[in-house]
Amino acid sequence: MPRHKLGRGVAVAGAGMSRFGLFPGQSGRDLFVEAFNAMRQSVDRGLDPRQIDAIYVGNFNSELFENQGQLAPILADWTGLLPRPATRVEDACASGGVALRQGILAIASGAYDIVLVGGVEKMSGLSIERVTDVLSTAADVLYETPAGFTFPGFYAAIATAYMTRYQATTEMLMDVTIKNHQNGAYNEKAQFQMTIRQVMEKAREQAAAKGLPAPGWKNEYDFLSDPRANPPIAAPLCLYDCSPISDGAAAVLLVAENLAKAFSSVPLYVIGSGQASDGAFYSRPDLVSLRSARAAAWEAYEMAGVGPRDIKMAEVHDCFTIAEIIASEDLGFFEPGTGVKAAQDGMTARDGRVPLNTSGGLKAKGHPVGASGVGQVVEVWKQMRAEAGGRQVSRDVNLALTHNVGGTGQTSAVHIFERR
Amino acid sequence: MNTPVAEDIRPFNHTGFYQYLAERRLMAARCATCGEINLPPRALCPRCFGTNMEWIELSGEGQLEGFTLIHVGLPAMAAEGYNRQNPYCSGVVRLAEGPAVAAQIVGEDGAIPTTIEVGMPLRVVFFEIGKAENRSIALVFKP
Repeated sequence: MPRHKLGRGVAVAGAGMSRFGLFPGQSGRDLFVEAFNAMRQSVDRGLDPRQIDAIYVGNFNSELFENQGQLAPILADWTGLLPRPATRVEDACASGGVALRQGILAIASGAYDIVLVGGVEKMSGLSIERVTDVLSTAADVLYETPAGFTFPGFYAAIATAYMTRYQATTEMLMDVTIKNHQNGAYNEKAQFQMTIRQVMEKAREQAAAKGLPAPGWKNEYDFLSDPRANPPIAAPLCLYDCSPISDGAAAVLLVAENLAKAFSSVPLYVIGSGQASDGAFYSRPDLVSLRSARAAAWEAYEMAGVGPRDIKMAEVHDCFTIAEIIASEDLGFFEPGTGVKAAQDGMTARDGRVPLNTSGGLKAKGHPVGASGVGQVVEVWKQMRAEAGGRQVSRDVNLALTHNVGGTGQTSAVHIFERR
Repeated sequence: MNTPVAEDIRPFNHTGFYQYLAERRLMAARCATCGEINLPPRALCPRCFGTNMEWIELSGEGQLEGFTLIHVGLPAMAAEGYNRQNPYCSGVVRLAEGPAVAAQIVGEDGAIPTTIEVGMPLRVVFFEIGKAENRSIALVFKP
């Protein structure tokens, strides 16, 4: 018997998202309404919003990004859900995944039957320097910020530790960027709907239009190795190793299992949920693995009664290229140190053994931080219902996983979904 | 009242830690119950839940576990003159006594180190940063 189990079954009966990208003139609440409407359209048998019992919403930092506190009741108001209880959940970039878990637990407890889970972040109102500063508040501000660490910096330090231990190179990380952009090219909601080859050709055209000599890039690797095209942000990580600054929102409808078929002809059942915490980055015994992700995954697998080999596809937290590599190892898809080779060999591509980030991931789809964990469920919803269009995984996806990380792994949330 | 803070009653938190750092001493809190060395200092030992701490001075010797050259830095570092063309190095240093810290890593004259690799030995230096009245001592390591 698993140590933790849900008091009763919970199902996903709808999922939708706004476009992710940069939307001047649109506030977080506007994006949330867009996601809510998309979610509503995905409910096969229709949703009267007045049926919703409660709202849980993931948001990292509307205070500093939008100067707006107490966001949850505003979102309830703008979606016509007053006076339903609305709760904002904050665990940095894992806010969405943790809000999802809170919604699941609320239904499993019997307190509610129908719950709206959302995630939203409006980041682009600030300059890149201010966004970097706001994101750094998710670190230990007393002992990490004084050392100058940024979030790209933390993951770059993971990359140096990983590369030293496993003799990997930065070029190997490029395969993650190339794959995720290939997937994002098929996602009409993604911030970057272009392959790296298309990005390269566009840069070549722009150089020609300016009358500059044509850059001599031979292929994507060549392009990504050129510091003028792909400048260092926190070496060894460069611009194309990093997820972008994004605005966006996502929404999921959770219902008690006995109501699933009343709303959806193809609902997804939540069979595993795990969450774990860890100390600040410097406090870990080892930099090349996230303990919280391993603990959350173990809890979710045990609850679900399945293992890594059973998972048909996963959306993982690729805030940086190296993060996808260590996620693929922490989740048990590959042995420690072999994730980078697996990515190179195409094992995480759409036709690979375990497709990762078919949505384009945080890298290409975009990373409005509080929305990302909920946005992952939107992709799983589409893949498991064979609604993912050009990026549809070719084999049947009856079991899928989401992996959402806050900070450098101070929080991890892992969920496993089944289509019966 | 301008009584100097007696050493044994400095708070086991960031205030105590940075007071010592200003005196160029790298200090940790040792749990008197179980012996765990807590760095940063804490009032509650996460290993045994004990609350009886004592200050100990660390050697300042360590080893680099991971590092980065930050080109797009924090505003506070930009104010120190760092930018895309003039990056700074941040890293995690595992100290000889066991705990690890996040710190800036410098070479000679405060520049980025000419050679840097995971596993290299480092030692603490106390680095003056900030301007005029905001001048303070930062925790920095060098090869």
